[in-house]
Amino acid sequence: MSEQAPFTIEQFYKYISQGKLMGGKCKKCGKIHLPPRPLCDKCFSKEFEWIQIQPKGKLLTYTIIYVAPPQFQQMAPYAVGIIQLENDLKIPGMIKEVTLEQIKIGMNLTVAFEASPTTSQWPQWPRYYFKPA
Amino acid sequence: MKGKPLVSMVSAGLSKFGKLEGLYAREIFAEAAKEAFDRCPNLDPKKDIKALFLGHMGESYEHQGHTGATAADWAGLLHIPATRTETACASSGAALRAGIFAVLSGLCDTVMVGGVEKMTHRTTAEVTEYLAMASDFPFEQWHGITFPGLYALMATAHMHEYGTTEEQLAMVAVKNHHNGFLNPKAHMQKEVTLEKALSSRVIAWPLKLYDCSLITDGGSCVIITKPEIAKKYTDMPIQIIGSGQASDSIGIYERESLTSLIAAKIAARQAYEMAGVRPEDVDVAEVHDCFTIAEIIGYEDLGFCKRGEGGRLVESGETKLDGKLPVNTSGGLKSKGHPVGATGTAQAYEIYLQLTEQAEKRQVKDANIALAHNVGGSGATATVHIFRRE
Ligand SMILES: [Zn+2]
Repeated sequence: MSEQAPFTIEQFYKYISQGKLMGGKCKKCGKIHLPPRPLCDKCFSKEFEWIQIQPKGKLLTYTIIYVAPPQFQQMAPYAVGIIQLENDLKIPGMIKEVTLEQIKIGMNLTVAFEASPTTSQWPQWPRYYFKPA
Repeated sequence: MKGKPLVSMVSAGLSKFGKLEGLYAREIFAEAAKEAFDRCPNLDPKKDIKALFLGHMGESYEHQGHTGATAADWAGLLHIPATRTETACASSGAALRAGIFAVLSGLCDTVMVGGVEKMTHRTTAEVTEYLAMASDFPFEQWHGITFPGLYALMATAHMHEYGTTEEQLAMVAVKNHHNGFLNPKAHMQKEVTLEKALSSRVIAWPLKLYDCSLITDGGSCVIITKPEIAKKYTDMPIQIIGSGQASDSIGIYERESLTSLIAAKIAARQAYEMAGVRPEDVDVAEVHDCFTIAEIIGYEDLGFCKRGEGGRLVESGETKLDGKLPVNTSGGLKSKGHPVGATGTAQAYEIYLQLTEQAEKRQVKDANIALAHNVGGSGATATVHIFRRE
């Protein structure tokens, strides 16, 4: 039963590895949390249900990273942005499968999912990213 | 109670800012402390200073945590209570506020507050990684978003929403480098032209090298005391009359606005109300310019102009040294440098010099009310302090 899964960041990324963008909806006040959290910051309830978020949205803002931390240096320059999803939700992520010059605020993007990394080091979260719709 | 002094600033010290080869944080902090002691001969450090609050962001730089006690010891203040405050780049803004709490509580008459960071012995990639730790790990850092990248996201949104231009961003750099050129303690005492700033290499588009503050070593401190006894130490105490601090979500993606820092707006409102001061009363300000866009957003959050008008304010020249409201007379984080933990009290140091007429070539005439705006990370913390000449 997916309802039993804890409303945590760890569980959010487990769903990402299954190709699903999942948020936690507060059973008391209805606020949707993406990423989910175990305590509702609006009404302090701990009762939630999982809700699948449509993996598509509009680009709100973006940047092209040229100077990257060591683990991303080989990918630079790369684009990251924040997208507006349904229900007023927003998430950040990389924008791929597009030439950098084509990226524009307002463009339609879908969320794509990568497999979990195979390292044994924490964290083993898979990554999602955005690509043109 | 409005405008009543919370505490009095009776001395201040600043190490040289820059690449301080071979010097570690504790040694750099001692240099700042020594200047503060020397400026205040009536103060007996060992007897009078009852506590130290030290802003320091990262253990990673020197593989050294527990830096409050270490800094107190190296400053010759062994055994006093010494506590480190950490709110990323606002660590010493928070230290100043902790010091105000200590004095106002009545537990301590006089305390030292300061900050320090040693950064330049690390590679740019390492520093980029350590600075990113002030942002959200699972959703921002994990997806390759750097610290400049977060401000770049705000800059892109600001440009899109308000028509702010890359030239206006560069004007912040040109202005602050001019001020830093006049500051003998600044890291980069060098004028920069608009063309040079605009053609510098891209760090996180639209932010270029000259839109970013410097990786710098430095330490800073101020000594604050109960207003009733301030005259014991100096003829010219500077009063702190307003103090505000607020927090926000660590991830910028969770915020209502991508073009404004709500924590800074709340902190500013608290400080203005406490001080009984309006934005138009401010004569000189240090505004947290970790990136040029941050100063532009800072103008708006502090009420120096309307929302969306920050780019036009810098373009108007009003925030230049000879303008109506000079901002970052020290050179700011941009040119003086940004040793992260030291920045908040380095701002207070500059204001101390300005309000006591010791700012030499960058002295603002007849400044009476001053403001310091210190932002942690991408805005999950902000502190605002308002100062008045006695
Ligand atoms: Zn709720």
